[in-house]
Amino acid sequence: MNPIIVVDYGAGNLTSVFNALSFLNIQAKVSRNPEEIASAEKIIFPGVGAAGSAMQVLTNIGIGEAVSTVVKKGRPVLGICIGCQIILDSSDEDGGVPTLGLLHGKAVRFKDEPGLKIPHMGWNQVIYTKEHPIMKGIPDGSDFYYVHSYHPLVANENAFAETTYGSQTFQCIVGKDNLIATQFHLEKSGSIGLQVLKNFSSWNV
Amino acid sequence: MLSKRLIICLDVRNRKVTKGVKFKGNIDIGDPVEMGARYSDEGVDELVFYDITASAENRPCDIEMVKDIARHVFIPFSVGGGIRHLDDMRAVLLAGAEKVSINSLAVLNPKIISDGAKAFGNQCIVLGMDAKFVGVSEKIPSGYEVYIQGGRRAMGIDAVQWAIQAQDLGVGEICLNSIDADGTKEGYELTITDRIAKAVHVPVIASGGAGVPEHISDLFSKTSADAALVASMVHFGDYTVQGIKSAMRDAGVAVRK
Repeated sequence: MNPIIVVDYGAGNLTSVFNALSFLNIQAKVSRNPEEIASAEKIIFPGVGAAGSAMQVLTNIGIGEAVSTVVKKGRPVLGICIGCQIILDSSDEDGGVPTLGLLHGKAVRFKDEPGLKIPHMGWNQVIYTKEHPIMKGIPDGSDFYYVHSYHPLVANENAFAETTYGSQTFQCIVGKDNLIATQFHLEKSGSIGLQVLKNFSSWNV
Repeated sequence: MLSKRLIICLDVRNRKVTKGVKFKGNIDIGDPVEMGARYSDEGVDELVFYDITASAENRPCDIEMVKDIARHVFIPFSVGGGIRHLDDMRAVLLAGAEKVSINSLAVLNPKIISDGAKAFGNQCIVLGMDAKFVGVSEKIPSGYEVYIQGGRRAMGIDAVQWAIQAQDLGVGEICLNSIDADGTKEGYELTITDRIAKAVHVPVIASGGAGVPEHISDLFSKTSADAALVASMVHFGDYTVQGIKSAMRDAGVAVRK
């Protein structure tokens, strides 16, 4: 089996994602080569930080286009955190930035409410709205680890789960066809996070 | 709903987890990577590793150890001790730690907070703070003073004011250790914990004094703290992660399963 390509655009959690795959004995390779990424059979698109600076790096080294190519070829693509926001049309972060546009929707900030700490950081429950193969075997309502101030907002038909923070319920697993993304950090969510990565490695679209 | 976090602290000396025991000095209790992985399997929410001799020996934190932890532990963990400047922070984060913890350094050079937050994001920077009750005065209006260098040096700074200042400079989280409660096993110092948790809008971790699971339930029912740090109560096998969590759950605290 060809290795899963973990897209390297300087994202901080890249090593953690790679470590998690290695721990699971899943063949993986870190790459920032656009050609190698474009011809991958499966990719993981990680990320932490801000959408604006992430987009800038992606555009500069031609990786954004490579990721789009893999999505258009119908091959499985998994986005994590910022990787879950950058696949959308735009992000409200940094005064508004256009992003890859692989899934209709945008990244919006949590609304301020009294006593609500932003970023949303810690373990919170993921409630399914629809089934998805990457969540197979994971009980509904399981806690996953989050660190973020923005969250995806897509059409309901493209959302698979949601989480509530304060009085706000947001979509935390979004995707369409061969593209799937989680706002929470699979690489930091203990054994269930590892299980999702394992499910992704065996997912055939 | 966001769960309250249970965090285990591992003090590391020469690559061994160590713990101070009254009248006996420090005793080594295990390998940091193995212990971290085991606590993670048992369901703890987060880990903290302190390289306790790095500062005294004026050397950077043990980066190879951090890398090794990151290859075996898949929950968030922070690293402290031996952080001298921005490059040390970068090395720790690139090695796979989620957060970096600074204490004395931040008091002596507060700019490191804003520099770190700007370079790596607020969520990466944890302020460790040691506070001690000294009585209310004009200089210390809350009655709690900030100490550095492991509680040896009083700084003449008010703990609540320092927490607010550090938040404004960009720390993502504050770990508050009570010097008075530390090692007593009689429970957390709830007064100062709640005052600081209510004065800032970043998460506050309570540290020092936990001896039985009820102390942790108490912390969450009586204060606005977001997380509880424990060490000896689990290191010596007196209590388990799940035992503490079930006590938290029984007290109505939102807990990760």
